[in-house]
Amino acid sequence: MAIPKVMGIETEYGISSPGTSDFDPVTSSSLLIGSYAGALRKIRWDYEQESPMRDARGFEAVPARGGAEEDGGLANVSLPNGARYYVDHAHPEYSTPECSNARDLVIHDKAGERILERSLRETERFLPQGQRLAIYKNNSDGKGNSYGTHENYLVSRETPFSNLVRDLTPFFVSRQVFTGAGKLGVEGEPEKDSDVVFQLTQRADFFEAEVGLETTLKRPIINTRDEPHADPAKYRRLHVIVGDANMSEVSSFLKVGTTALVLKMIEDDFLPDLALANPVKALHAVSRDIRCRTLVRLDDGRMLSAIELQWEYLTRAAKWSEDHEDDPSNRDILQRWEATLTALEDDPMTLRRQVDWVAKYCLMQGYRERDGLNWGDHKLKMIDLQYHDIRRDKGLYYRLEDGGQMERLVTDAEVDRAMHEPPDDTRAYFRGTVLGRFPEAIAAASWDSLIIDTGVEMLQRIPMREPLKGTRDQVGELLSLATDPAALVRLLQG
Amino acid sequence: MPEQKKVQKKGGGDSAGGGDGSQERASSKTEELKSEMDDILDEIDEVLEENAEEFIKSYVQKGGE
Repeated sequence: MAIPKVMGIETEYGISSPGTSDFDPVTSSSLLIGSYAGALRKIRWDYEQESPMRDARGFEAVPARGGAEEDGGLANVSLPNGARYYVDHAHPEYSTPECSNARDLVIHDKAGERILERSLRETERFLPQGQRLAIYKNNSDGKGNSYGTHENYLVSRETPFSNLVRDLTPFFVSRQVFTGAGKLGVEGEPEKDSDVVFQLTQRADFFEAEVGLETTLKRPIINTRDEPHADPAKYRRLHVIVGDANMSEVSSFLKVGTTALVLKMIEDDFLPDLALANPVKALHAVSRDIRCRTLVRLDDGRMLSAIELQWEYLTRAAKWSEDHEDDPSNRDILQRWEATLTALEDDPMTLRRQVDWVAKYCLMQGYRERDGLNWGDHKLKMIDLQYHDIRRDKGLYYRLEDGGQMERLVTDAEVDRAMHEPPDDTRAYFRGTVLGRFPEAIAAASWDSLIIDTGVEMLQRIPMREPLKGTRDQVGELLSLATDPAALVRLLQG
Repeated sequence: MPEQKKVQKKGGGDSAGGGDGSQERASSKTEELKSEMDDILDEIDEVLEENAEEFIKSYVQKGGE
């Protein structure tokens, strides 16, 4: 049975200090986050092992311990909008709060960019004269090093993992035609495809396996990480590592909206078998054809293009939605999906206002034609990188958007609000609102718990094992009645 | 949303263009796009990082995830 798709996006941002030789990305990322988060830094991340037996009883008393500085000193904070902002390896990483629909997730993903942009401004005053930091929402440095953008979707534990692998793999291979952020050339061995000057995605080159646990080497199209951050008997959190970071709101919306629909169909066993003969090879081949015409072989012998594969999914999704969940949010996804596939069939270049890779490619073509540049020109490489610069006055995506060249799906006011306020309709509402109201009383936080210090000897851990519990409808009134942390705990226990 | 969308099979080659009228429209559309693109490029010239070669060479990331 299909369950609601609670979802989020984690983005590792590229970070550099142009012109600085001894740049330390770890310290700089920590500085960036710390300067934005201020006093919230003292709230530590709750890494406690999940303990379903104890959690089943509700509240749990836990011993007090030190603040976040104990955890190696690297910034790792929970924000009042329900997000997590921290240092991962050598990158600043932003994880959106849990969202209930694709549009909210686009808003919160954009809010993450704004938070990085504000952090950059806050950090400037701590940097030595003449130094600056640059932040990019992309996934590759063009030299064989990749950093990820991961999507997360709540799926039913009842769904066999093998069904997810079977039905998702052809979908991930083919969705690249509208999710790709575009990239010059090909990275990595052994499949150096030297005549490919531009490809649809940043990430495809880095994938070498079909299924696996790894995220940093031998990356698999389907990642098996199994940390539900929720009741593990009921839920799985599908951790999708094969996507690109998107600047375009339409690409981003389609990426998560269509994937959520496909997951619901898998839970209802509603899809035909579209298994591919060689998924990894197909992933690379689709990414490396900007005409989107390359045919890939299915297990049953058929040869289909990525667009044709997508039509198969869309046709079933339209039927599924009509039968099971005919709501405006699904209709919006289906309409956009259909319009995008129709345009891709006609001429992919007609999507330069909607799809990241097309926008970037057209910009490069414009430069090539005006200045007579070769594909190897450094100026084009600069465009490839600066398209992802998160500063709205310098990032090329934002220059296009500002000139009315990119279609918008959300408003600046919605994005600004999401920097400070959680979504209303997931547990992120409870987490974010409590953090915002009583920051000094929160000893630790995680996706599925809050630890509150009410001034008595033992701290109180509040488990949040249900991603759809703790919404404004459910706890809004109770939170407004709580005048202090002790009252909050009493009200929750009552 | 049509329930059964017929997938138009397209061959490997480019499909033929339309009649004269549609070609005329297409060419005026192309002109319009070109002038729009020129304006965008002028604006982007203003913000594009200088010393692209050096800038790109120094952009090296540690892997993540």
